Amino acid sequence: MRIAIIGFGSVGRGVAEAVEANKNGLRVTAIADSKSGIIDTSGLNVAEILETKRTTGMCGSPDVTVSDIISSDAYDILVEVSPTNADTGEPALGYIREALASGRHVVTSNKGPIALKFGELRTLAEENDVMLRYEATVCGAIPLIHTIEHGIAGNPISRLYGVFNGTCNYILTRMADEGLTYQQALLEARELGYAEADPTYDVEGIDAAIKLVILANAVWGMKKTLDDVEIIGINRVTSAALALAEKEDQTIRLIGEIDPAGDILRVSPSIIPKSHPLVVQDTLNAVTIETRLAGEITLIGKGAGSSETASAILSDLLFICDCYGRRD
Amino acid sequence: MKLEIKDSPGQLISALKPISDVGGNILSVIHERDPEADGGLLDVQIMCEITKGALDTLLSQFRAQGINVLRIGEERFLVRRSVILIGHLIHTDISDTIDTIDSTGYAEVHELSMVMPAINEPSSAKMTIKSDSLADVNRALAILRDVARDKEFLIIEPLEGN
Repeated sequence: MRIAIIGFGSVGRGVAEAVEANKNGLRVTAIADSKSGIIDTSGLNVAEILETKRTTGMCGSPDVTVSDIISSDAYDILVEVSPTNADTGEPALGYIREALASGRHVVTSNKGPIALKFGELRTLAEENDVMLRYEATVCGAIPLIHTIEHGIAGNPISRLYGVFNGTCNYILTRMADEGLTYQQALLEARELGYAEADPTYDVEGIDAAIKLVILANAVWGMKKTLDDVEIIGINRVTSAALALAEKEDQTIRLIGEIDPAGDILRVSPSIIPKSHPLVVQDTLNAVTIETRLAGEITLIGKGAGSSETASAILSDLLFICDCYGRRD
Repeated sequence: MKLEIKDSPGQLISALKPISDVGGNILSVIHERDPEADGGLLDVQIMCEITKGALDTLLSQFRAQGINVLRIGEERFLVRRSVILIGHLIHTDISDTIDTIDSTGYAEVHELSMVMPAINEPSSAKMTIKSDSLADVNRALAILRDVARDKEFLIIEPLEGN
């Protein structure tokens, strides 16, 4: 199947490389970044484009726009991996709508459109008999959506909770292990590239909350928005608090929780026994799914990173190929 | 409670059975034979969870069976939950915070350990609340959450299991 990649930052490049290495009937025919674009219906030379991007900062010609690509006949699946805008979802939301409406499948890592307009986009996909896949929007490489939709299909899910933000997990791990203050641990996370220059989105729990919104809407068909999530971040947690927890073989982690029966949709620092499977180290993510038939299932893995996100996108792409009978 | 029973076969079981009959939950039984003791009587210590009303029924049952109750020690509030508080706990009157829980009548602050930071920095404390039932602990925690909102401190609660 032919793929158009919108967004050619580290994730977009990771996807292009993974598709090239994997083949399996996938072919990149269009790429756009914020300044340029390139289309070749017979298949692009990815290695060459990666080199061009590295040297010039652009993947193609400034004359080719994202709109040109989306409205073209050059692709079957749109891979939308441009930066997230949590407030409006744009411009990605518009791209996704247009692709679905014109009968193309969409795979995205973009949390904005999925968190804001999941119901609308899913309906649009169904009406056009195409797929909308978004594994990469939640917990990076962990096949969470796939596990819920397919791996444990048929299981009523009563509750879902876990560690959804690697930056916060890193900071809390370092505070607990080394007695660092919050500020020291945050500084360290920044130096290692685990935290953004403006860490608000991560440390105040917003990133984890957006993932909960996506899961609530996708798994339970709720109509939740970010405003429905009770959010407490980790920015007020002290190393003394972690030491108090430690005295009883416990620790503190930023836990996101969805419990529809208890009407709980919450992100908050929580006390948790150190022996609990959700107590993972450094930047790992971990999610426990409580099911009726299968009991509890806990998935642990890397929640961020370009190759990890590309892994989730590649599996979505191959799933679409399988469903539409075209994996070679 | 500490009971005195006859030292003959079947006596211990006849002392334990009424406890489960009234819906009590036996936590431990200590039954020690004292070689010095004579007179054919044995002391047995039983720890159990039982409601107030059921205790009266149980005691009259023991009396009817000729079992002597030597001592009853009562401990209230067996359900405990610890939370961590972070904020200006002293300056927002920690004793008032504690009173808010203690004055409910159904829950009390059982333990408080506090770490004092540098001046003007927020302090951290572990507070253990105890009560008779999970529902009452949760009611008390809801009150504490309101206090935390007013006094602007952070409560970190345990992740609840099933």
